[in-house]
Amino acid sequence: MAAVAYPAILPVLPEIVLGLGAMALLMAGVFGAASVRVVDFAAIALLVIAGAVLLALPSGRLVSFGGSFVVDDFARFLKILALIGSAAAVAMSIDHAQRERQQRVEYSVLVLLSTLGMLMLISAADLIALYLGLELMSLPLYVMAASHRGSLRSTEAGLKYFVLGALSSGMLLYGASLIYGFTGTVSFTGIAQVAAQGGVGLIFGLVFLFAGFCFKAAAVPFHMWTPDVYEGAPTPVTAFFAAAPKVAAIAMFVRATVVAFPGITSEWQQILVFVAIASTLLGSFAAIGQRNFKRLMAYSSIGHMGYALIGLAAGTPEGVQGVLLYMAIYITMTLGVFAVILAMRRSTGMVESIDQLAGLGRTHPTMAFLLAMLLFSMAGVPPLAGFFAKFYVFLAAIKAGLYVLAIIGVLASVVGAYYYLAIVKIMYFDEAVEGFYAMPIELRIVLAVCGLFNILFFVYPGPLVGAASAAAHSLF
Amino acid sequence: MTSWPILSVVTFLPVAGALFIAFLGDDEAGLRNARWVALWTTLITFAISLILVWRFDPSTPDFQFVEKAPWLGNTIGYAMGVDGISLPFVILTTGLMPICILASWTAIQRRVRAYMITFLVMETLMVGTFCALDLVLFYFFFEGGLIPMFIIIGVWGGPRRVYASFKFFLYTFLGSVFMLLAIMAMYWDAGTTDIPTLLHHGFPRSLQTWAFLAFLASFAVKLPMWPVHTWLPDAHVEAPTAGSVILAAVLLKLGGYGFLRFSLPMFPVATQHLAPLIYALSVIAIVYTSLVALMQEDWKKLIAYSSVAHMGFVTMGLFAVTAQGVSGGIFQMLSHGVISAALFLCVGVVYDRMHTREIAAYGGLVNRMPLYAFVFMVFALANMGLPGTSGFVGEFLTMIGTFRVNTWVATLAALGTILSAGYMLWLYRKVIFGKLEKASLAAIRDIGWREMIVFAPLIIVTILIGVYPKPVLDFSAASVTQLIDNYHHALNGAQTAALAR
Repeated sequence: MAAVAYPAILPVLPEIVLGLGAMALLMAGVFGAASVRVVDFAAIALLVIAGAVLLALPSGRLVSFGGSFVVDDFARFLKILALIGSAAAVAMSIDHAQRERQQRVEYSVLVLLSTLGMLMLISAADLIALYLGLELMSLPLYVMAASHRGSLRSTEAGLKYFVLGALSSGMLLYGASLIYGFTGTVSFTGIAQVAAQGGVGLIFGLVFLFAGFCFKAAAVPFHMWTPDVYEGAPTPVTAFFAAAPKVAAIAMFVRATVVAFPGITSEWQQILVFVAIASTLLGSFAAIGQRNFKRLMAYSSIGHMGYALIGLAAGTPEGVQGVLLYMAIYITMTLGVFAVILAMRRSTGMVESIDQLAGLGRTHPTMAFLLAMLLFSMAGVPPLAGFFAKFYVFLAAIKAGLYVLAIIGVLASVVGAYYYLAIVKIMYFDEAVEGFYAMPIELRIVLAVCGLFNILFFVYPGPLVGAASAAAHSLF
Repeated sequence: MTSWPILSVVTFLPVAGALFIAFLGDDEAGLRNARWVALWTTLITFAISLILVWRFDPSTPDFQFVEKAPWLGNTIGYAMGVDGISLPFVILTTGLMPICILASWTAIQRRVRAYMITFLVMETLMVGTFCALDLVLFYFFFEGGLIPMFIIIGVWGGPRRVYASFKFFLYTFLGSVFMLLAIMAMYWDAGTTDIPTLLHHGFPRSLQTWAFLAFLASFAVKLPMWPVHTWLPDAHVEAPTAGSVILAAVLLKLGGYGFLRFSLPMFPVATQHLAPLIYALSVIAIVYTSLVALMQEDWKKLIAYSSVAHMGFVTMGLFAVTAQGVSGGIFQMLSHGVISAALFLCVGVVYDRMHTREIAAYGGLVNRMPLYAFVFMVFALANMGLPGTSGFVGEFLTMIGTFRVNTWVATLAALGTILSAGYMLWLYRKVIFGKLEKASLAAIRDIGWREMIVFAPLIIVTILIGVYPKPVLDFSAASVTQLIDNYHHALNGAQTAALAR
């Protein structure tokens, strides 16, 4: 391989920028050199700069730290998504923090540190780097979930998330150590060479590893924390949870599975088929009865992770392309919907029940229209972007011969359409209730960008589809 | 070849009009402008679609006005084109839209701008479905139509609109997702979703059966065929008048068009094997739903069940795969598009005045509304297939087409025409004749000039193509002939291959 000479530190440059920036902002904030508002905007700027640095890196596959840190097209694609998700989450928290008098410098800094963990996780090419990235991503999340110290719901969510998260980390570590024990290496490519010979011990480790992955991605049967944490955590934190960390979790799931275990596809495929089926079904059926919008979004996200994993279950470049597209479209849908949830505020305070959206089509026509489009997109109805997301994962599943999975998946999407329609019904068919406060400008921007992206995706889908395809092929 | 993308213009012009309306004000002038903009947009679209007819060459079965552009990669492209089968449906759609807008002129007073926007978007999606020359693009338009129709029923519908709109959406969505999976399987088999290529691809036998059933799931719901027709009466009853018109006249035809464009030519072996199933369902639809129609107390519901019965003739004719059967099926769809649209408009006329659709609430209308009685008579007679109206030509052709293939089916179907005469005459007598006894009807007005403008073209078309159907039949003749030739060719090929094995 004709390697282009580059300093070993170069591939990590975006992470270094982010890490140093986060520390500097923490200092500036703690010593009062900068107001919370300034820190928030600086954090967004930092995320943008990190993205710019990432895009400015030389193209192709870059490797650092003796092969445990990889920057390829796959990593670039998902890192950009994670950065977008984090930046939007910071932006969406500004107004909420102001109104709830919860302005804290630490919030943005925690987002930055968690994002740093995500970026490392996405690039991780061995089990140790993976674990380090995962923990760096998760620890700030635990703190953020509990960040409304005075609120019982928030502290409960934080504690629940922490205990279960620690448990899952433990399982993941146990799996990793089993795999190390049976293969003698932690590097994914090294594992792939040994794993081709199979072995029960390795499969055993793989199952534990998958348990940890499923927990982080909130896939059934390790989804139980999701509804409680989504509902209990402060809403901007939930918005953050729903977007960027999901991207990172799916990224590690995909890279570890595809790069480290290509020889034993049939072994892990059946696990993934089960996980995908269970997640899509649970996400569809359990959400029907929910009235709390945040809790509903939790079940919806479980379902969406199930659809994304359908692509991974196929285990082909087309499948990974489907996963990547799905995640890209998923974060736009989720961020857009959370922009609306964050705007559900009246003189009496925040409301979270979907019944409060009644008559939104009259009181806030633009907001209602964009939300309706996002919901139709989530249901996977053309001409919206969500249709293309589902299209590509099912396309891959059909090619891989996973017919049962595909059929159950589309049926679940029909059931899921019901509760998205139910929200549209409340907004447009029901009598109007009192309107909300005017939407803050940041939320408007997020909602408009996400909504228009979903509506207009069909006009020119080429670039994103092409980028996802290139990213997927860089893994194989 | 055309120098400008005329099909894309016809397809997307309504959306441009919708965008324009979106930026109009919400005051009185804005609402009036919204109506006029919508009317002019649909009229201009109709005019451009007439250019298509003028420049169309009916002597060739090939796709014309073809446009191609890359869309989702190179194998799934944006491809548009029409042949003798799809062009008449495009004209039907664009021609009915101005009528729908006019029919909603005063009936819709709530959220007028949103209403007009939804209808224009709907037009784009319907025209796109008929023009699409790529399977994924077809599905894109086909399914996209669910959203505006859901909104139309749900926002401007009757008392049970929520139930009806959900039923409509979920039923059709459920049927369609199977078609989506079949499209994917076809893509991996053929390597492309380009329809002209797929028409000559020759899918393996097992795939044909599964794909046929998957497409059937979608089109049977859309058409609708018995026993998955139950969403239609609900949707029709609750939808506003113009919504019912679009639903009956165009959306149902998407199912028949789908059979014609995909099921017959792409899965000939499966078609031959499963034709008895379709016959059985068609005959049940014709006889059973006609009987059900006899029992209805709701005016719109009666017409809805009558639509299901008439669609039974369509499926029966199409799956006979004879020249008369297929052309008859196409003709029946076009004719039903006009007649059912007119019947729903007739209901709309009195509903706007009386706000009830109960048949028992009317009676003796001829005394106060002679003009209306005449209009309604024309379409009632056309609906039962009286010779001289377009309804006769379609039913007659489908029946002789089927008679050559399956005598029993054709005979049983003939029963349906008797029943249709039964329920239409019964309805007509109850509503129009008799004494004008009900006090509420004493002041009812006859139809005005705007309503006459709405009905006049429909009457002309019904009688004209009923008396002289040749131009319409000639229009699609070349495409139909090629379809049937290819079908038999493919069947022979499959038989030879089976023998060789």
